[in-house]
Amino acid sequence: MKALVVLLALAAQLALAAEEPVRLDSAPIDPRDVASLQSGARIFVNYCLNCHSAGMMRYHKLLDLGLTEQQVKENLLFTTDKIGELMNVAMTRKDAKEWLGTAPPDLSVIARARGPDWLYTYMRSFYRDPESATGWNNMVFERVAMPHVLWTLSGQQVQEERKFKNMEQAEAVGRQQKSAWKIDVLTPDQAGKDGERFILKTIRTETAGSLSQIDYDIMVRDLVNFMTWMSEPNQITRKQVGYVVMLVLLVLLVLTYLLYKEFWKDVH
Amino acid sequence: MAAAEKQAVTGAGPFNGLLTWIDQRFPLMQTWRSHLSEYYAPKNFNFWYYFGSLALFVLVIQIVTGIFLTMNYKPDAAQAFASVEYIMREVPWGWWIRYMHSTGASFFFICVYLHMFRAMLYGSYRNPRELLWIFGMLIFLCLMAEAFFGYLLPWGQMSYWGAQVIVNLFDAIPVIGPDLAIWIRGDFVVSDATLNRFFAYHVIAVPLALLALVVAHLLALHEVGSSNPDGVEIKNVKDPKTGRPLDGIPFHPYYTVKDTFGVVVFLVVFSMVVFFAPDAGGYFLEHNNFIPADPLKTPAHIAPVWYFTPYYSILRATTDEFVLWVLAPGVVAFALLLIWSMKKSATRIAVGVIAIVLLAGLLSLDAKVWGVVLMATSVMIFFFLPWLDRSPVRSIRYKGPITKTALSLFVIVFFVLGYLGTESVTEGRTLAAQVGTAVYFLFFFLMPWYSKMDKCLPEPERVTSK
Repeated sequence: MKALVVLLALAAQLALAAEEPVRLDSAPIDPRDVASLQSGARIFVNYCLNCHSAGMMRYHKLLDLGLTEQQVKENLLFTTDKIGELMNVAMTRKDAKEWLGTAPPDLSVIARARGPDWLYTYMRSFYRDPESATGWNNMVFERVAMPHVLWTLSGQQVQEERKFKNMEQAEAVGRQQKSAWKIDVLTPDQAGKDGERFILKTIRTETAGSLSQIDYDIMVRDLVNFMTWMSEPNQITRKQVGYVVMLVLLVLLVLTYLLYKEFWKDVH
Repeated sequence: MAAAEKQAVTGAGPFNGLLTWIDQRFPLMQTWRSHLSEYYAPKNFNFWYYFGSLALFVLVIQIVTGIFLTMNYKPDAAQAFASVEYIMREVPWGWWIRYMHSTGASFFFICVYLHMFRAMLYGSYRNPRELLWIFGMLIFLCLMAEAFFGYLLPWGQMSYWGAQVIVNLFDAIPVIGPDLAIWIRGDFVVSDATLNRFFAYHVIAVPLALLALVVAHLLALHEVGSSNPDGVEIKNVKDPKTGRPLDGIPFHPYYTVKDTFGVVVFLVVFSMVVFFAPDAGGYFLEHNNFIPADPLKTPAHIAPVWYFTPYYSILRATTDEFVLWVLAPGVVAFALLLIWSMKKSATRIAVGVIAIVLLAGLLSLDAKVWGVVLMATSVMIFFFLPWLDRSPVRSIRYKGPITKTALSLFVIVFFVLGYLGTESVTEGRTLAAQVGTAVYFLFFFLMPWYSKMDKCLPEPERVTSK
């Protein structure tokens, strides 16, 4: 009950707080695009799998992406030497907590918890924040403990604020942004005399990285595509089996309907 | 030699001998006849009458898939989450089994809700079917317990915190509450001990009770006979020669073939979810439940799965203001209404005393206690339907405009409360839930009066077609 009361209190506060959630970009992923999934697997192993584990996923399952055992061994096995092993990391949770403040979550099913759109927007929403411990902050995940691992590729971004008098104007400008944006709403008291109480927050690239924005977006797309596939590696099989089952059921549907009508002919 | 007195079984071809042998030692043919081939069901069953057999079918799905899940699942706080993913990824066809089970849970409730709604439409709970209805309600309670215990097993954040919130409801019971909550959990918080005992309840204790109740439900049904959309007894008009009801047809083969067709239609819909949308947009499998349980991180938004949300809404709607401005005046008004309708002065005094005690409780005890009481009442009140409904007719077909309006309002409110229960709380939503809660209870508490005064049409002598 205490949890519930706390919850109600929390929810009530959230309702009063004026901060709008970030508008998530829709992730242009395709779990049947094998090239994209392979590229995503490489990015995941190179950049994520040092701190984050994917402890419910076996390297062997990567063969489903059209790779040979040899290819997986040569290109994707960095933290272990057996293809039958799980994608774990060497760092213990205790060490991780000490070094990073919090243990990086396991990413096996993170795409099912957060959704691909969230991941896609999150990976493109880091910005420089001198007040945070890592020097980075994120539009989607305020005060996140994770630093911007891909910053050499994406370049460095900063947050910008622009004030507007009404929501429509702020949203119109927001929609033109190529990256994440959100609108904070001040109360009339906080806004002061000029009455500009709608603050549009956006990010802008200050120093360029080694990739153009488009190439970086494609790279994140591949990564998110892979993570979404990894969260349910049997999803393609599931749908394929589904079509066969539906076909069988439709035949059964006709047969059982005819049987029912035949038996019921003499019921008046 | 009792064996010689029975007639030999015929009509089973090469199996006649075997069946005769069995029948002489076991009431095989008698059971077959009394429950299937010579159980007469009304011939005018419509769409709503599919859901009883479908609920039974889902029960079978749940038991069979459940057995296979148990072979690979580990009821251990350290391993439970990973073992579910192990089933999803590495057990051959494990994903199929698991999705059938998780989707089956939601479809069980869909079938049972529609089955109950059928009873409300056609007055299936009326005399002499009160006990049949009570068995059904007990099945519903078992189903809720089964779903609740089972939801902890994947050990995700929603599993964990949902269980935490629900077990903490018992905390609100005066005096014994806190100890009771600890006793249920087996620990001070939801933990490995809780997971283990919930596993035991989920895979053996509740299913046993559920199966026994299903048998009792079917025996009671076959004792009093099935009702029908016209709400008239087919037993009243029998063929003088054979003694069979003129509007009845043998359950087998007529309803066995019809229900088989129903099962296939069900499987089409069921499979669409299992294969193409197993999360059902976060309604059947909640997104947050893909994050392993973390006792130190309370999620910002805890919502039960959709089938519990109407009651959860009622719980959340019960604020201090609601108790003061709606519940307390409601108790007074209802007591006055009862006193006005009662003849005996003894019952009048009893009503008055109960009302005063309730009122004192409402004004002194915390609103959260009343939230729990209202939530429990919102489920338990269904038990009393056979006695609340005092209409001269059974079926909605012959009931008057007041009952029709009341039932429609109830259905709308049930959906609205269900929707609100999945959302986070805002001022507007709480108000909507409060209005919904009031309508929900008015539907039941005023039923004895409006069902009686409603202008009903005369019931036909025999069932009508279509």
